Amino acid sequence: MLSIKNLHVSVHHKEIIRGLSLEVNAGEVHAIMGPNGTGKSTLAAVIAGKEVFEVTSGEIIYKSRNLLEMAVEERASEGIFLGFQYPVEIPGVSMTNFMKTAVNEQRKYKGLDPLTASEFLALMEAKKKLVDIQSKLTNRSVNEGFSGGEKKKNEIFQMAMLEPTLAILDETDSGLDIDALKVVANGVNALRRPDNAFIVITHYQRLLDYIVPDVVHVLYEGRIVKTGGKELALELEEKGYEWLKESNS
Amino acid sequence: MKNGFTNGIVRLREKLEAACSEVLARSDDDNGFIRKERERAMASFKRLGFPTQAMEAWRSTDLTATLAQDYRIFTEAPETGQDIGQIFQCDIHHLDTDLVTLLNGWYVDHGQAIRQLSCGTVVGSLAAARLAYPALFEAHYGRQADVAAGGLNAINGAFALDGVFVYVPDGVTAGKTVQIVNIINSDENIMIQPRNLVILGKGSKLQLVHCDHSVRHKRSFINSVSELFIGEEAVLDHYKLQNKDNDSAQVTSAFFEQQSGSRLSSTVITLNGGIIRNNLHVKLSGPGCDASLHGLYLVDREQHVDNKIVVDHMAPDCVSRQLYKGIIDDQAMAVFNGYVHVARDAQRTNAYQNNRNILLTDKATVHTQPHLEIYADDVKCSHGATVGQLDPEAMFYMRARGIREDTSRMLMMYAFAADVINHIRIHPVRHQIDEMVYRRLRGELSVCDQCILDCNAQRPQVFEIDLNKI
Ligand SMILES: Nc1ncnc2c1ncn2[C@@H]1O[C@H](COP(=O)(O)OP(=O)(O)O)[C@@H](O)[C@H]1O
Ligand SMILES: [Mg+2]
Repeated sequence: MLSIKNLHVSVHHKEIIRGLSLEVNAGEVHAIMGPNGTGKSTLAAVIAGKEVFEVTSGEIIYKSRNLLEMAVEERASEGIFLGFQYPVEIPGVSMTNFMKTAVNEQRKYKGLDPLTASEFLALMEAKKKLVDIQSKLTNRSVNEGFSGGEKKKNEIFQMAMLEPTLAILDETDSGLDIDALKVVANGVNALRRPDNAFIVITHYQRLLDYIVPDVVHVLYEGRIVKTGGKELALELEEKGYEWLKESNS
Repeated sequence: MKNGFTNGIVRLREKLEAACSEVLARSDDDNGFIRKERERAMASFKRLGFPTQAMEAWRSTDLTATLAQDYRIFTEAPETGQDIGQIFQCDIHHLDTDLVTLLNGWYVDHGQAIRQLSCGTVVGSLAAARLAYPALFEAHYGRQADVAAGGLNAINGAFALDGVFVYVPDGVTAGKTVQIVNIINSDENIMIQPRNLVILGKGSKLQLVHCDHSVRHKRSFINSVSELFIGEEAVLDHYKLQNKDNDSAQVTSAFFEQQSGSRLSSTVITLNGGIIRNNLHVKLSGPGCDASLHGLYLVDREQHVDNKIVVDHMAPDCVSRQLYKGIIDDQAMAVFNGYVHVARDAQRTNAYQNNRNILLTDKATVHTQPHLEIYADDVKCSHGATVGQLDPEAMFYMRARGIREDTSRMLMMYAFAADVINHIRIHPVRHQIDEMVYRRLRGELSVCDQCILDCNAQRPQVFEIDLNKI
């Protein structure tokens, strides 16, 4: 589904991703772990299409297409979803209007008729239950005045609404208490299907107790330095990241 | 002054002075009140002349090209042979208004120059009101619009031939929204100077919607002055919608005076226009007044919009809030000058001012400046001005959800504008303005469906008023 080969990415002439390769197949859950500032969010943003990041070499193939040639919104409509580490507040744009526009623009892209108002509301009610999001949040402006936990749940809610093929969750678990963490994990598990895939970026092994990954990668200084099964996460939890610095220095 | 324009400006000045002499020569009132007012105003104009950019208040707005045009100036009301009421079809759903029309600055009377509505409100032409209600007229006319304050105010006062008069007696709640429509329709370039007087008695209530509308693509210059007197405990909701063609120039001056415990909500929406200058003066004369002044301007191409607001806190315990927001595209320019003056006795004043702008291009400009003068010590005042672009992080967030770039931009601009639109209390008007702003932001709003009435969007022929027949 996703194939990244020898990717190099710079921002303002500073190289952040330095030769990264990654293969994700349908039905898989990949976890990416690693210390702060090693390029995890950068990788996620490059896949989503953020323009400030310059791909200097390498390729990303998604569903047999060159992802790097696709516009941000086209990637989204082709099923790529980024759960933001820091969800953005958009004053004055209601969650409902935002989601309705997103759902219908994606439908339009696929040649489908827009959902009617009642179909849309029914969909929203169903997905709100899935992620245990309160109704008052969908009446407010996008992320405005939301608590940290509400913002993260809102990302999962949006993911549930848009039913992506490849979802990248960037530290969706950070700052969540155990209940919110379970909500996020349940949301992901409910959406897992043989034809979709997840990349879960996290610092902590505890999320991976609930979302069991097929593959765990360790990202360090812009490269994947270790790949293993779910037991690698436990090992990292025990040893921390210090050993990486030693073995890479 | 730019060379080449000088002759034109001299010509306009001479024309206005000659026309004014003509008006004075055939003075038609018994007691000489209006004659004295006109003479005083003319003397003032002779002294002050037209505004120039050398004047602080006009620094950012250049009227040179406007003043250098050759205009036809009317000194008499043309005979109306056509019932304009018949050709107006108001398109605001569920809004039943008492409609008042000015055609090229003259009251269109449908055979009745002044009428009393069933609720008791009096609506009519200024010229008729002067004769029908002399005491009321003289007690309020010219009290706020100071002819010494500016040349354009003065020249308006030197004519003061016609305009709209509204009087809501004490304790009366005007049943329907009163809607004033200014139509400009001429085969020639014209300069018009409507003069409006609105009086709200004690404890009365009025909703007033004021729309400007031009029909022909000729140059027009409107220099309007409105005086609005809000009596004790009275409530005025005032909406002004400007959507004129790019060849028009408009200087509007609205003077509000508020007596104790009164409330004013003013909303000025500018969707299109050539050069627009809106002067808004609010004098809080009695204690316990509340004034909310909202504005939204969406300008592009070569358009120029200048909002000058003066709030005079003369009495204690009043609240004023200014919220003006604008989106400026292409090479357009917006100017905002907000003055708040708090007199020594105006203790416990709350005055807020906020001007926010989004510039869509490198060539778009905005000049925004607060001016606070505070002489009382127990005062809460705040002011803020921002000039920014659309938040690129928010743009990316929306696009990452599959929303196209143009739609994302639209949603954000619309959200920015919604802040002002949401203050509109008349629901059908809010709905219509909302719709117009939406279309304006999508680039779908044309100048022919400019007015809030949206009368001729589907029926352009209804506006083919032949001036020769009027
Ligand atoms: N927009 C940007 N401009 C400049 N530097 C950036 C930008 N985004 C990220 N970086 C830098 O790239 C590096 C990797 O950041 P990031 O991908 O956010 O790491 P992680 O998510 O692993 O904590 C950091 O050194 C960060 O400062
Ligand atoms: Mg990060």
